[in-house]
Amino acid sequence: MASINTDRTEYLRQERSAPWREELRKSKKNKERTDIHRVEMPSAPPMERARSYVEVNMGLTVEEAVVEASRCIDCPDPTCVQGCPVGVNIPKFIKNIERGEFLEAAKTLKDTNTLPAVCGRVCPQEKQCESNCFYKIKMNREPVAIGYLERFAADYEQNSGNISVPEVAPSNGRKVAVIGSGPAGLAFAGDMAKLGYEVHILEALHEIGGVLKYGIPEFRLPNKVVDVEIENLRKMGVKFETNFIVGKTATIDDLREEGFEGFFVASGAGLPRFMNIPGENLVGILSSNEYLTRVNLMGASHSGMDTPVVKGKRVVVVGGGNTAMDSVRTALRLGAEKATIVYRRSLEEMPARVEEVKHAMEEGVEFLTLCNPVEYIGNENGRVKQVRLQKMELGEPDADGRRSPVVVEGSEFLIDADTVVVSIGVSPNPLIPQSLPNLKVTRWKTLDVDPDTLQTSIPDIFAGGDIVRGGATVILAMGDGRKAAASMHEYLQNKQ
Amino acid sequence: MNKIVGKKIFSENVVGLDIEAPRIAKARKAGHFVIVRVDEKGERIPLTISSADSVKGTITLVIQKVGVSSRKLTSLEPGDTVLDIVGPLGQATHVENFGTVLACGGGVGVAPLLPIVEAMKKAGNKVISVIAARNKELLILEDQIREYSDEVIVLTDDGSYGRKGLITEGMEEVIAREKIDHAVIIGPGIMMKFASMVTKKHNIPSIASLNTIMVDGTGMCGACRVTVGGRTRFVCVDGPEFDAAEVDFDEMLMRLNGYKAEELKAAEEYSCKVANK
Repeated sequence: MASINTDRTEYLRQERSAPWREELRKSKKNKERTDIHRVEMPSAPPMERARSYVEVNMGLTVEEAVVEASRCIDCPDPTCVQGCPVGVNIPKFIKNIERGEFLEAAKTLKDTNTLPAVCGRVCPQEKQCESNCFYKIKMNREPVAIGYLERFAADYEQNSGNISVPEVAPSNGRKVAVIGSGPAGLAFAGDMAKLGYEVHILEALHEIGGVLKYGIPEFRLPNKVVDVEIENLRKMGVKFETNFIVGKTATIDDLREEGFEGFFVASGAGLPRFMNIPGENLVGILSSNEYLTRVNLMGASHSGMDTPVVKGKRVVVVGGGNTAMDSVRTALRLGAEKATIVYRRSLEEMPARVEEVKHAMEEGVEFLTLCNPVEYIGNENGRVKQVRLQKMELGEPDADGRRSPVVVEGSEFLIDADTVVVSIGVSPNPLIPQSLPNLKVTRWKTLDVDPDTLQTSIPDIFAGGDIVRGGATVILAMGDGRKAAASMHEYLQNKQ
Repeated sequence: MNKIVGKKIFSENVVGLDIEAPRIAKARKAGHFVIVRVDEKGERIPLTISSADSVKGTITLVIQKVGVSSRKLTSLEPGDTVLDIVGPLGQATHVENFGTVLACGGGVGVAPLLPIVEAMKKAGNKVISVIAARNKELLILEDQIREYSDEVIVLTDDGSYGRKGLITEGMEEVIAREKIDHAVIIGPGIMMKFASMVTKKHNIPSIASLNTIMVDGTGMCGACRVTVGGRTRFVCVDGPEFDAAEVDFDEMLMRLNGYKAEELKAAEEYSCKVANK
């Protein structure tokens, strides 16, 4: 796959005219295909799963996957592909599932997607590929379950014991460094390895994976699923170094001296925001990053692990994003009797994935929408015991079209809480900009890059993912990784 | 990686380890710390770098046994390895020629004080060190502190070594007789609180090196947050040193006790496990 820059549309058309695809299209009338209803993802029973770390979504069976795949009508102009930030050849992988070539389907995914088992689980498909599906845009019906099928193919391959390693070009003898091992860095590394570069991923934590490991919980994304995909990169020759903080353990200049010719900064937006309201530093109030890191990365919920975590009975999580949902559902699994989401807008404005909100509700999470904390009240030991909330109402839509919350005067009330998780967003990690004073940053402290090439103000440094976007999604980070790989390759070729 | 090449036993509860970490040994400056994870089950704990040898590629950490992780660490022997060490972390100490510097170290805090004393002396300062501990057993690195100090006052709470008394008494004595331009305070939270009250009273610019609960040590979680001058700051990236007069020590001490129950339980279980071996 050295053809990252070839004309995508032409390529898709050529592939579509493969004889097996033609034959498959003829095997069923479109009417038959469109008569099939979208598959439902089977999930573990809410009350059982809410007290354990089993994965909630159980995946499709072979039969379910083949039927769902046959809904796809293999459009001449596959609009779904345009909705995918890494440009997966969606109809090709789905048609491979329909004809029972599941390993071929997985291979197709891996041509452009370094982490298909991850993306099939955590992408907000309803806003991306699936929102561009023919069913959705032309028929106003439920789209083909592209995400479920992606997960099916990737899991099938992982379980088959027959994992394909993408083809790697012969070594070109050039070294590049990736700063951060989250989704952006991994996607970048995959593409650069395919092009023949010696890729070193430098990670500050002791585990590879970034948010996939410390942030997203086991019940949504099992670590072993991530590890298989990382192992695949290792097989492609990517080198990993943990406990390495660029700017502290060694500087970019040190690394240049060691022969690195290009740098991809993918250090993410890991800095938690707090609201700066009275009582926020009481014991029992923590960021979702701390809460989730203790549980996911440090294994605080397992016996025999040294890292402790607060196990509250009444847990309040402030925020409405995926991280808030992950935190509140983690609280239930840690034994909370009552776990509550406090969100300042209404349910419709929630940025979390629809599926995660649904799962949280099924598990018994209480939602207090149109409410915002104004103060935390502690007991004599300095531990939080109550939250003072203020009611909100929605005002006029702002510039982004989102209705902004307005305070309802005199509406304050108290709720009990012994643990509060603050999940109101993250800011870009400052370690790299701090160590490189010449690196241009925006007023939001994100790295300033050329939007087409993702090159920063320092020519050999490229950047992508949350360090450029602020808190965004796994798949957008991966899309940036692919884009940066293509443009760094071009830059390095011209430099030679 | 991270092989232990030397071990020094200061007392039953305080141990110094020389550990191979070439990149950290080369990059570290006075005031920097590392995060250590002993083994697969281990937690991440912050430890200040006491000294380093960039030629041999080693760093020295001085550890006092208090909980599970410090017990695990202090039980390691030369030849053993520490699973993860990351650093150097935090902002380095601001060193310049202030004039006369008062260096105050309590207990195992004398270890991180040592590289600062050395750097202050080399920057041309007159350095007066006041070091104190609960008892003789816990008093460490006196000779090394002496090497870079113009004068050293030693105190113990119980009078088992040096003078009997608290660190604040030693500080008051020095302040009464000469002009102090800058003070550095490192030790247990409660000691730093009272030492800071002394320097604040006398309007002496002073910094305290805070030791809070940490997880990642890179600014991504906020476990280490403290209020300094009315603002929330993260000790791991904004610190660990702050203007001592501005730190809300009561809040810091309260937060340090956040996991007391869990820590005690874990330490007890660990002792039982070791005893049963």
